[in-house]
Amino acid sequence: MTLARHVGAAIVAAVVIWVLSVSLSSFRDYQIADIAVYVVAIAGLTVLIGLSGQISLGNGAFMAIGAYATALLQMHLGWPLWALFPASAAIAAVAGVAAGAAAARLHGPYLAGATLLLAVALPSFATQFPGVFGGDQGLPVSVTAPAALGAAFPPTRWLAWVNAGTALIVLVLLANLARSRVGRSWQAVRDDEAAAALAGLKVARLRILAFIVSAACAGLAGSMLAVYSSQVSPGSFTVTLSIALVTGAVIGGLGSLAGALWGSLVIVLVPTYVTDVATSHGLSSTVAANIPVAAYGVVLIAVMLLFPNGIQGGLRRFFGLNPPAATGPHVRFNSLRRRQPASEHQEEGTT
Amino acid sequence: MNRSHRVGTPAIVAAAAAVAMIAAGCGGSSGSSSSSGAATASAPGITAHQILIGSHQPLTGPAAPGYSEIAPAANAYFQYVNAHGGIYGRHIKYTYLDDGYDPSKTVSDVHQLILQDNVYAIFDGLGTPTHLAAVSFINSSKVPDVFVASGCDCWNNPSKYPQTFGWQLDYIREGKILGAYIKQHFAGKNIGYFYQNDEFGQDGVKGLDYEIPHSQVVSRQTYVPTNVNVGPAVAALKASGAQVVVSFAIPAFNALFKLTSEKLGWTNPTIVASNVGTDPLTLGGLLQAYAKQAGATVNGNQLTNGIITDGYLPTLGNTGNSWIALFKKVHDTYDTKAPFDGNVLYGMAVGYTFVQAMMKAGKNPTRADLVKAINAGLPQGPAVAPYAYSSSNHAGVTGAYIGKIMNGALVQQGPVYVTDATPTGAVTAYTGSEQAAPGSGMP
Repeated sequence: MTLARHVGAAIVAAVVIWVLSVSLSSFRDYQIADIAVYVVAIAGLTVLIGLSGQISLGNGAFMAIGAYATALLQMHLGWPLWALFPASAAIAAVAGVAAGAAAARLHGPYLAGATLLLAVALPSFATQFPGVFGGDQGLPVSVTAPAALGAAFPPTRWLAWVNAGTALIVLVLLANLARSRVGRSWQAVRDDEAAAALAGLKVARLRILAFIVSAACAGLAGSMLAVYSSQVSPGSFTVTLSIALVTGAVIGGLGSLAGALWGSLVIVLVPTYVTDVATSHGLSSTVAANIPVAAYGVVLIAVMLLFPNGIQGGLRRFFGLNPPAATGPHVRFNSLRRRQPASEHQEEGTT
Repeated sequence: MNRSHRVGTPAIVAAAAAVAMIAAGCGGSSGSSSSSGAATASAPGITAHQILIGSHQPLTGPAAPGYSEIAPAANAYFQYVNAHGGIYGRHIKYTYLDDGYDPSKTVSDVHQLILQDNVYAIFDGLGTPTHLAAVSFINSSKVPDVFVASGCDCWNNPSKYPQTFGWQLDYIREGKILGAYIKQHFAGKNIGYFYQNDEFGQDGVKGLDYEIPHSQVVSRQTYVPTNVNVGPAVAALKASGAQVVVSFAIPAFNALFKLTSEKLGWTNPTIVASNVGTDPLTLGGLLQAYAKQAGATVNGNQLTNGIITDGYLPTLGNTGNSWIALFKKVHDTYDTKAPFDGNVLYGMAVGYTFVQAMMKAGKNPTRADLVKAINAGLPQGPAVAPYAYSSSNHAGVTGAYIGKIMNGALVQQGPVYVTDATPTGAVTAYTGSEQAAPGSGMP
C-alpha cells in the first residue's frame, strides 16, 4: 500500500515535471536538472541526519567520488548513461562503508569534524594527480540525447528528464526505506541508542548502513551533476557544497523527503535570482559575487526563526497536517536529535 | 482524360505557386542578410537596435588581479563605438558574468548566457581551464565563440570547434618566440621552467621545447591556481642550479614566485615570462600587495626590473603609436576607474577586433555570417603581426616582439617575430608593416 502511494505520487510528479520541461525555456530545463541533483543529494543526507541521527559535512566529497567515477568510466571504458548512474552510486557507497565504519564510533561534533575533513581533503586529490583527474581543469563528460528524439530536440530538456526521472526513482526508494523495518530501526537508534541496543538492534551496523545509503545518494547526485554540466572539476566540490547540502536539508526540513525538494529549490534558485537582482541594480561584481552567500544566511536564519522544523514542517503546521505533539513548545531545538513529525513511529524518552 | 487534365492543372499551378513562394522566401531571407534594407532582428541576440553579447570573466578569484580590467575595457571601447553610430546603427550590449576562474562556474554562466539571456555570441571568454569546460556546449549550441581570451592552441580546431576562434598570440607560438630568444642569448646556461599545470602552461612549454635544447633544461616545476604555496617549486628550481627561469604563469603566481625566491635568498635568476603574467603595473602592484600582507615593504618596479617577456600589442610607452593614442582617448572617457595598463589595452584591442568582424558580417547578420566573415580572414588590427584566421585556421595573432620591463614599463627589444605552431616552423623577423588606427577610431 505504501509502495503504491509513493509510486502514484512519483507518477503525478513526473507528469508535472514533463509539463514544466516542455513549456518552460531551455534555461529552466537546465535548472530542473540542477535542482534534481540537489534533491538526490539532500534526500540522502536528510535520511542520514533526520532518521539515523548522524551528521555529515562531507557529502560533497561523496558527490565528487561519484562524479569522477562517471567521467573516468565514460572516458576509459565508454560506459553508457544507464550504467554510469548505478556504478557511480555503488562506488560512492563503497567509500561510504569506509567513512561509515569510522563514523559509527563518533558522535556529534566529532563526527561533523571527521566528515568535514573528507570534504576538505578529497577534492585536492584531483590537483595532486592531474594525470588521472585532469587537475583544476577537470575531465569532460559527454552525454547526448538519443537520436530517436530528433536532431532539433533541446539537449537540456533531455538532461532535465534524465535527472528528474532519476531523482523521482530515488525518492520512491528512500520513502519506502524510511517506512520499512530499517527506517524504523534507524529512528530507534537516533532516539535512544541504549534502548535500541537492548531491544536487539545492531546499532553500529545500522549507523554504517545509513552512511552507505547517504553516500550512494551523494555519489549518484555527483554523477548526475557530471552529466548535466558535461564536466567534472574540483571547483564543483568545495567545502561550500557540503555545507550547502546540510543547509538545504535544514531549510527544507530534516528527515522529510519533501523537504529535500524545498531545500533544493532554495539552494538553486535563490543565488541565481539574487545575483540577477544584484547585478541589475548596478552593484559592483565583487559585491554581487558575495551576495548569494549572504542571501543563504538570511534565508537560513529566517526559516529557522519562522519554521524551526524547516519549510516542510512549516507547511505541515500551516495546513494542520501535523501531529499535535510535534508543534508543542517542548520540541527541542536540536536538529540532530529532534523527533520527526512525519514519522509514524511513536517516540519515547527524548522529550 | 479531360477530367484528369482538369484535376491536374490546379495541382501543377499549386506546385508552381509553392515553388515560387519557396524561391521568394529564399530570396527574402538571403536579401535580409545582405547589406540592403532596414536593420532587422536577424539572429538571436540581435534586434533592430542592439547586439547582445556575453562573456565569462574572472572578476573575483585567483585570476582577478589584472584580468578583471579586461571586460570593462572592452565595454569601454563598445561605448565609444555606440557613441559613434554603433555597428550599422545597432548598439552593442555586453553582459559579462563572474566565474571566479572556476570551470564549474563557467559552465553555469555560459548556460545562462546562451539559454536565458539569448546572447548573439560569446565574446572573449577568459581563461584556458574555464573556457575548455564550456567550449563543447557553446559549439553544440551553434553560438559564435569569438576571440577567446586565452592563447591555448586548443581553440584552433575548426573541425571540432567550428564556432570557436582564438585571438591573442597562442602559447605555442609564444613559447617558440621566447625559446628562440633564450637559445640565442642564454646558450649553455641552465634553464628552469615554472608553469601552470594545464593546457596554458603545457602549450607554452611545448613551444619552448621546440626551440631550447632539452639538455639545457634542468628542472620543470608546476603550480595549480588554487594552491598558493609555490615554496616547494621555487626551492626545487633553486636547487637545480637554474640560471634562467622561464615562466608561463598568471600575474599572481609570477608575483608569488618572485617573492618566494627573494625569501629563499635567490635573487639572481634571469626571468623570462609569458606576456600573460607580466603586465608591469599589475605585477608590481601584486608584489607590493602580497609583501604588505606578509608585513614587508617592497618596491614593485624594482622587483620587476629586467624581466624579459614578449608583446603582441604596441607598448603603452609608445605614445606616438596611433592605437595607443586611440585607446588612451577611449580610456580617458569611458574607463576612468582602471589604470591605463596592459589589461585595458588588451580589452580594447579585442573589442576593436569584434567590431571589425561584425562590420564584415554584414548589416543583418545571422550567427553563421559572423563565423563566415572571420573564416574569410580579418585585416591586421592593433596587433603588431597579422591574424592567422582562415576556414582551416582559427588561431589569432601570429607574432610578437621581445620586450624587457624597465622602471615599470615594457620596452620593445628588436624586431617583431612571426612563426607558426608546428615543431619545425622557423621563427623569423616580420617583414610586413604595422597598421595605423583609423582616424575615426572605428574599423
